[in-house]
Amino acid sequence: MKLFTHNMLTSKMIKNVKVGYPLKLNAAEVKVTPSEFRSTYVSRMLPKIDWGVLYEATQSIGHAEAIPSSISDDYEKNEDFLRKAHHALFEIEVINGEMICPETGRKFPIKDGIPNMLVNEDEVN
Amino acid sequence: MVSHSCANNTFLFWFSNEHSNFRLAEMEALFKYFQLDRAILDRRKAKGPFVLMDFPDESGPRKLMSKTVLAHSCYELWASGVALEDLHENMKLNLHLVAPFVDDSFQFRVDTYGKTLTHKEKLPLIDTFEYMPLDGKVDLKTPELSLHLIQFFGMDPNRVPEYPYQQYFGRWLFDGQRRLVSKINLKDRKFIGNTSMDPLLSLLMANLALVKPNDIVLDPFVGTGSLLVASALMNAYVVGSDIDYLMVHAKTSSSRARQKKRASDESIRANLKQYGVENQYLDVVVADASRPLWKDDFKFDAIITDPPYGIREPTEKIGTSRQSPDYKIKEEHLALHIPSKISYTLQDIFSDLLNYSSKKLNIGGRLVLWIPISRTEYDEDKLPRNPALALVSNCEQTLTSTASRRLLVYEKIKEPTESCTTVLDGSALMYRFKFFEVDPTTHRRARKAKSVQEFGKSSKRGQQQSS
Repeated sequence: MKLFTHNMLTSKMIKNVKVGYPLKLNAAEVKVTPSEFRSTYVSRMLPKIDWGVLYEATQSIGHAEAIPSSISDDYEKNEDFLRKAHHALFEIEVINGEMICPETGRKFPIKDGIPNMLVNEDEVN
Repeated sequence: MVSHSCANNTFLFWFSNEHSNFRLAEMEALFKYFQLDRAILDRRKAKGPFVLMDFPDESGPRKLMSKTVLAHSCYELWASGVALEDLHENMKLNLHLVAPFVDDSFQFRVDTYGKTLTHKEKLPLIDTFEYMPLDGKVDLKTPELSLHLIQFFGMDPNRVPEYPYQQYFGRWLFDGQRRLVSKINLKDRKFIGNTSMDPLLSLLMANLALVKPNDIVLDPFVGTGSLLVASALMNAYVVGSDIDYLMVHAKTSSSRARQKKRASDESIRANLKQYGVENQYLDVVVADASRPLWKDDFKFDAIITDPPYGIREPTEKIGTSRQSPDYKIKEEHLALHIPSKISYTLQDIFSDLLNYSSKKLNIGGRLVLWIPISRTEYDEDKLPRNPALALVSNCEQTLTSTASRRLLVYEKIKEPTESCTTVLDGSALMYRFKFFEVDPTTHRRARKAKSVQEFGKSSKRGQQQSS
């Protein structure tokens, strides 16, 4: 699972959960898979990204140096920044680990790079 | 009689015979994708698999052919006619069209539709073009100029006429993208399942969804990811989700004959890697499509999906039939508990999908889906409707005499308000029980009874019984 995906996922499917975001991330195995950098794509994606959540995620899985703590104002022109953002969003992958709902503490396992967001029948409306 | 006066801006598109129902829908989508003048499409002339359209130059046809999977080739039309003499008369008026190619190496070909001609039959046809002012060398392998006489013998293989109904002559320009179809054939694909989408239809769906490079495309019923492959090939980034844990992890039993277990490296990602587009893979998630999953401001450029119809894949969501609202799974069972699933009715699948898409698409984004239809009950008004989504295309693929599936394309036209809910008349849907129901009028026993009634007891068995 890429940190991009972590940035988009919520635990709103659980009953009585209001926001369910961000999910706390614990990683047992992390892998870096190089992928092609496209600056236009990354800068198009950045407005959708919650930078604080991304920064927190890099911290929690041992890639503390990957990105700066705040987003660059002129990121569209700052290729160095965009490359770092690309690396954090699309290259760092959690292979095994878990995500935790901030409101209920419910754990969502990540196995072989695929998060399991299914909840049990007694947890949904 | 010269049936068609030919200017140098008429282009002949030769469509493949299969999926003819989808031709117009694909062309409409591509015209929109490339922002071509829609009036050109409206003025088209069609005859069997051939469509003539007038463009100011070849840039429009080039764009269309760079995406289409239904047209296999495109020609600049130089002459046409019902009889060969008419065609030549027409061509002789248009000899100025040959001028730029006089010194090119060239080849002549005779292509036919509806009848097969032998090489011996073709040669004399080619000889009739000897008046053409061509000074270049003949080159059958890599000619600079490829001239085609195309003869159309009609659509009925049982009534092939002696002479063609129509003949076209022109310069070959482009081929369509049918090579992509063979590139992603299911036979050689790493990871497939029982309901993997036909490669051609998956590419068609991506075209109808106006998928462009750097888009984000979602399939909420991803299965083996066959629809993601097509979007990834168009350089979009792809995301999928599915309720079936074993399927997403490629742990289900293999769909291939004589192969019980799946290989350990089968996955949706491996499929994209196989076609050199692993870069376009974002993620797949095990999740229930009927529940919220993504954060509110994360929107998709297209949602392309083939929901389960309950015929070959089950329709399920997480839930329980237990009535008690306080029902809790016992602590000691929690670690190994597999969420129980309840039936997810077809009607709910489609209304949820439209409601969901109306929220999760960008404005102008498209939802492309298949819906199983009972042909006897079908009426366009029964299709799912949502005020935030405009139905822009609706094509049928027949499956049996009573069942079909329709490929629907919706475009998001506004942000949904509270009152924007999906309406759908479930009576037009093809349910599992209906699909396997035997039509009493066509059942063997009924046919027999009818024939007995009409012709008396004639079968051997009938005679024995009567004695």
